[in-house]
Amino acid sequence: MSRSSRFLPLLILVGMLAALAWRLANPGDTVIRSRLEGQPVPAFTLPAALPGKPPLSSKDLAAGEPHLLNIFASWCVPCIAEAPVLAELRRRRVRIDAIAIRDRPEEVAEFLARNGDPYDRIGSDETSRVQLALGSSGVPESFVIDGRGIIRYQHVGPIEADQVPAILAEVERAK
Amino acid sequence: MKTLLALLLLAASPVLADSNLPPAQWANRQLPNERQEAQANALMQEIRCLVCQGQSVADSDAELAGDMRHLIRSRIAAGEKPAAIRQWLVDRYGSWISFKPPASPIGWPLWAAPLLLLVAGLILIRGRFRTFRP
Repeated sequence: MSRSSRFLPLLILVGMLAALAWRLANPGDTVIRSRLEGQPVPAFTLPAALPGKPPLSSKDLAAGEPHLLNIFASWCVPCIAEAPVLAELRRRRVRIDAIAIRDRPEEVAEFLARNGDPYDRIGSDETSRVQLALGSSGVPESFVIDGRGIIRYQHVGPIEADQVPAILAEVERAK
Repeated sequence: MKTLLALLLLAASPVLADSNLPPAQWANRQLPNERQEAQANALMQEIRCLVCQGQSVADSDAELAGDMRHLIRSRIAAGEKPAAIRQWLVDRYGSWISFKPPASPIGWPLWAAPLLLLVAGLILIRGRFRTFRP
């Protein structure tokens, strides 16, 4: 073995350690995205999440106008932070419907009374069944759905104030 | 101040990350039909939890995992084939959702790696023996 190639194994070891250290420092993306972007919303019908508010079905999301479908819950803390941003989107004339995950009517009512109600319709999904059908993996999440009921865009996590223009652009594109 | 508050609330999310509803009907209850329960269990062992991503839905205590067990058990009780339910989940979350990913071309280097390393080792040893020959 020549003098220079003698250090080859050591170099390989250093390379492997560097790769391991790099992956430890950058653990990669754990966000789970829905594969349904570009596909129709799966057919569903959900009962109203609270009295006095219309229920939600997939037909309501294919009624000619783009919608923002917000997946939220009264027990979800980031949803509180997202509420003023949704109110802002509402002021900008975005139609927002919602699915409340594993929630009770009185708790949804209390959440809306405290944080504002930007929603036209709220469906109640007590076993996360429609959430799973949408390929969503947590709360909050939002889907931009066009007038024909096709999912155009998925936003994972709370929409933050500086992301409003991006969401508005997606809604505009879905027109 | 508002942003700070929002950030603090975000940081606090794991503490209050559970709902007040009881687990779904089939989340923690076995199906009365033994054969169906065995089918459901095999699939639940294979499907990854969306919350604790290193665990299967059979092992995870997350509420969403309970709802996924409920989904799998109720569909199997309704007569659906495990393969169809598996495909339904893969269509939504990708083959990542299963702990048994399909053997796709992108995985071939991984399967070939042990063989390649063995061959590389043999070549190395051969080089060693040659060096020490008088």
